[in-house]
Amino acid sequence: MYTVSDLRKGLTITIDNEPYTVISFEFTKPGKGQGIYRTRLRNMLNGSIIDRTYRSGESLEQAVLEQRTMQYLYHEGGNYYFMDSESYEQLGIHEDALGDAPHYLIDNVSVEVLFFRDHPIGVDVPNFVNLRVVESAPWAKGDTSSSDLKTVGLETGFQMRVPPFVNEGDLIQIDTRTGSYVTRIKG
Amino acid sequence: MGSNWRLASKKRALETRAAAINGIRKFFQGHGYLEVETPFRIPAPAPESHIDAIPADGWFLHTSPELCMKRMLAAGYPRIFQLCHCWRQGERGRRHISEFTMLEWYRAGADYNGLMDETEELVCSVAYHVTRRKTLLYEGNRVSLARPWQRINVAEAYGRHAGVSPEQALNAGTFDELMVRDIEPHLGFERPSFLYDYPAVRGSLARLRADDSSVAERFELYIAGLEVANGFSELVDPGEQRRRFEEEEAYRRSLGKHPYAVADKFLEELADMPPSAGIALGVDRLVMLLQDAETIDDVVAFTPEEL
Repeated sequence: MYTVSDLRKGLTITIDNEPYTVISFEFTKPGKGQGIYRTRLRNMLNGSIIDRTYRSGESLEQAVLEQRTMQYLYHEGGNYYFMDSESYEQLGIHEDALGDAPHYLIDNVSVEVLFFRDHPIGVDVPNFVNLRVVESAPWAKGDTSSSDLKTVGLETGFQMRVPPFVNEGDLIQIDTRTGSYVTRIKG
Repeated sequence: MGSNWRLASKKRALETRAAAINGIRKFFQGHGYLEVETPFRIPAPAPESHIDAIPADGWFLHTSPELCMKRMLAAGYPRIFQLCHCWRQGERGRRHISEFTMLEWYRAGADYNGLMDETEELVCSVAYHVTRRKTLLYEGNRVSLARPWQRINVAEAYGRHAGVSPEQALNAGTFDELMVRDIEPHLGFERPSFLYDYPAVRGSLARLRADDSSVAERFELYIAGLEVANGFSELVDPGEQRRRFEEEEAYRRSLGKHPYAVADKFLEELADMPPSAGIALGVDRLVMLLQDAETIDDVVAFTPEEL
């Protein structure tokens, strides 16, 4: 059991015996009223998206999912292919079921593939991943507009906002739960 | 650039915050208000069903300076304002932070209509002081601050946007859900909106309307869907206030929350309080609007997570 205060992006819960993953959530509280969590959830079996509201203190049923460590191989025609590192068995998962995960998948990376009643329904990427910046406008040193983030392209094709001092070729750490920049990795 | 790029990136927002606070002080000084300070740690907060104070060495951090400021009104300070931090347990989200900055002001002799007028004046004055503009751009919406602003009563808003009456929503236990899901997203986009005349059970510390006791003279200000302020024609009847406190405290205790002591000194002195209006305005939210900031995190130097 979770309570609503455990809500985070990517959390998997069960509603009416079907697994859902949290795409987004927001804590809101109308003046003097009760705290309300507005959530957007994706059904992990059929990809449909629903909106649900929960009140402070309500509980959520945890989804019972099997996990297997697999290696990401490649993607083709909207499917992402993974291989079991021990049995060499391969399987494909449609991109609709993967949420933001493809932003962080580089060839040969190990991920946890999630199974519901033996069907692969998603992947769990690590909370933090390191990816290389492959596309960025150079930052003029001495630029005083340090408040502005800039958009760069990563080796996975994902575009994201980073501080202006990040350059092409830098390795950066990303928090996959929020999709935000954490720090530059030396070397 | 140092290693804390996140803090460095807040520089413009923090300049906007400082300018807004300057603008607020300038406004109240020009309107004959006295700036006051009251203790942050208090023995007996006002019991409210859905607002929880953080315990602090046997007492509590205040959730608003309301009770102390009303004691000042009762003692003969007719126009007072305060800028201070307040704490509310468990409130954290894009628009919430458990330690935040509140502006509260009280005016003897005014009612909620007069206070809505004054709130319009204040926000326009501060926005102009900070941005030199008469519009706000927030999340792609252009909100004109030209007065008068929209005033829509709660019954009309529920009927129009949720298709039910406030009473039906209260009976079904969906009043708050409908508010955040169906109503707030419509409020304050062309011009700021005042939502007013709340059902009596949601009256908090507001007096009931003389001509319709089913509603309380309470309002909330919304700008671009963001709730910015909550004001009342203040309840000055100590018997009625004590009864409401007892109800709220019983509800709180039924949920196993920290028991509060009774605010006896406040209740005694309330008998001396002149008819007044008072309002609490979230300064961080106002700065979000002035800075077009997506989250409250962007307008405070440090969030709890960054400490």
